[in-house]
Amino acid sequence: MKNAASDALVITKRQLLQLARVPELLVFSTIQPVMFVLLFRFVFGGSIDTGESGGYVQLLMPGIFVQTVAFTLASTAIGLAEDMKKGLIDRFRSLPISRGAVIIGRTFGDALLNILVLVVMALAGFAVGWRPTSGILQTTLAFLFLFMFGYALSWIGILVGLSVKEARTVQSVGFLVTFPLTFLSNAFAPTTGMPRALQYFAEWNPVSTMVAACRQLFGLENNFGATANSWPSQYPLETSLFYMVLLMVIFIPLSIRKYKNFSS
Amino acid sequence: MKSVIAENLVKTYNKGEVVALNDLSLDVEEGTVLGVLGPNGAGKTTTVRILATLLKPDSGHATVAGIDVVKHPDKVREMIGLSGQYAAVDETLTGWDNLVMFGRLYHLGRQPSIDRANELLERFDLTEAARRPIKTYSGGMRRRLDLAASLIVKPKILFLDEPTTGLDPRGRQDMWGVIQDLVKGGVTLLLTTQYLEEADQLADEIAVIDRGTVIARGTSDALKKQVGGERLEITVENADVAATQEIVARISGHSTHTDLRTISAPVLNGSKDLMDALRAMDEAKIHPLDIGLKRPSLDDVFLSLTGHVAEETVVEPVKTKRRGKK
Repeated sequence: MKNAASDALVITKRQLLQLARVPELLVFSTIQPVMFVLLFRFVFGGSIDTGESGGYVQLLMPGIFVQTVAFTLASTAIGLAEDMKKGLIDRFRSLPISRGAVIIGRTFGDALLNILVLVVMALAGFAVGWRPTSGILQTTLAFLFLFMFGYALSWIGILVGLSVKEARTVQSVGFLVTFPLTFLSNAFAPTTGMPRALQYFAEWNPVSTMVAACRQLFGLENNFGATANSWPSQYPLETSLFYMVLLMVIFIPLSIRKYKNFSS
Repeated sequence: MKSVIAENLVKTYNKGEVVALNDLSLDVEEGTVLGVLGPNGAGKTTTVRILATLLKPDSGHATVAGIDVVKHPDKVREMIGLSGQYAAVDETLTGWDNLVMFGRLYHLGRQPSIDRANELLERFDLTEAARRPIKTYSGGMRRRLDLAASLIVKPKILFLDEPTTGLDPRGRQDMWGVIQDLVKGGVTLLLTTQYLEEADQLADEIAVIDRGTVIARGTSDALKKQVGGERLEITVENADVAATQEIVARISGHSTHTDLRTISAPVLNGSKDLMDALRAMDEAKIHPLDIGLKRPSLDDVFLSLTGHVAEETVVEPVKTKRRGKK
């Protein structure tokens, strides 16, 4: 067990070393979210009337935070697929290291990267007028939620990466999954304008419940279009927590099993 | 004692459509080198992957250092080193980073990992490149680093899957030197290759495989005898063919084969026979257009053993099953 943890940490450290050796990687993983913050803030911000004091950016930031951590699914999957393609996973598997250490280490590494990305985004948000009003404790809890959500999705990424294998395909699959999920939600526009069927989907979409939970934790009154009285809109924190636990309970064992057996 | 034993291994992919291994058996005596020789798709990589615990056979049985690879893969992994067809290292990291990382994964501890990394970099002539990302390495350097990574805990049993495929002649020579040094150090080595010359240089014994099964095995000399060994080959003007046939037949002691103006026959003493031939030609005042010794190639081995040339007859299972590589 002690070995399992230290093996996983060696793998995590490897990812951090990659960032140190190729600093461009770091720039690219933070530049896209920052670009989204600026684009949405200045392109849509002027034309969407939110009725919220402080304007669209208050509603936007939780949406972009959730969208960005949702892309962890794709980045974990791509990273793993590339390692497999280069034969690195074979080498790891030929070493006497504990089962699962390689993929657990990767999820840790991606989680650490998420912390960094969230910090950079928060600073960018701050620069364009975003201000959480709920106090330090609730704000911290919101970031904890975001961190956990990214971690849970990382495990789906592991399964996708192990199943699809080709990095470019993984990239397409990752975006095919995450794009509709993030846009069929309350992240950027109210769900009330969507057709009825999509509204239901958007309401129960984990992205929506996460966004609503973050908005609540950042001190917003308006959850942006969640239909009144539906369960997820009334209990976004509980629903989100439920989703995260559910994802991990399903995907951690599935991914580890897949990893152990994937080539036999 | 046998360090590696594979018995009746069968492995199929796509629900039996692609047969990678078809009742393959081989073994490696402790402290010796077995060269597994075969064309692409013959099952070399699949065999190595099973022995290195990366793949489970459909049926059959294999032990490494007496340990069953399916039942106790963890124990086997502690005994072996594996270096595959492609350098399986993290290309964004430096050579030093990689070796230290693998040292840590072998649970060597921090300082011993660093010491071992430095030692291996020195030994494989990579000290200068140690702090550069692997991306900047030449093919030969990558392979050497990959091999170094498989030697971190001084394994007694080593699997090298086509260690020189894709290398230029210089890189290949370097790699051969490195492998020969290892063998002197007493490791048991199973090496796969597409090159008869490589198996000849490095292996004590050669197993020729085709379509997932061993079709011949023996020492390099024995195999060559089976194939016909070296041949003396002389090309002359049409007018000199008859006289040359006589000379070649005398030196060879076997009947000659004539293809247009090229006369050839098997010889046993290589360069001595070549010199005798040159002298005889000179005395007879025949001017050869071309003269030389022809060593049997993998194609010759295959031609004589199977009646077909060594072409890619089977879909490489690794390609269809796992990654987009050859």
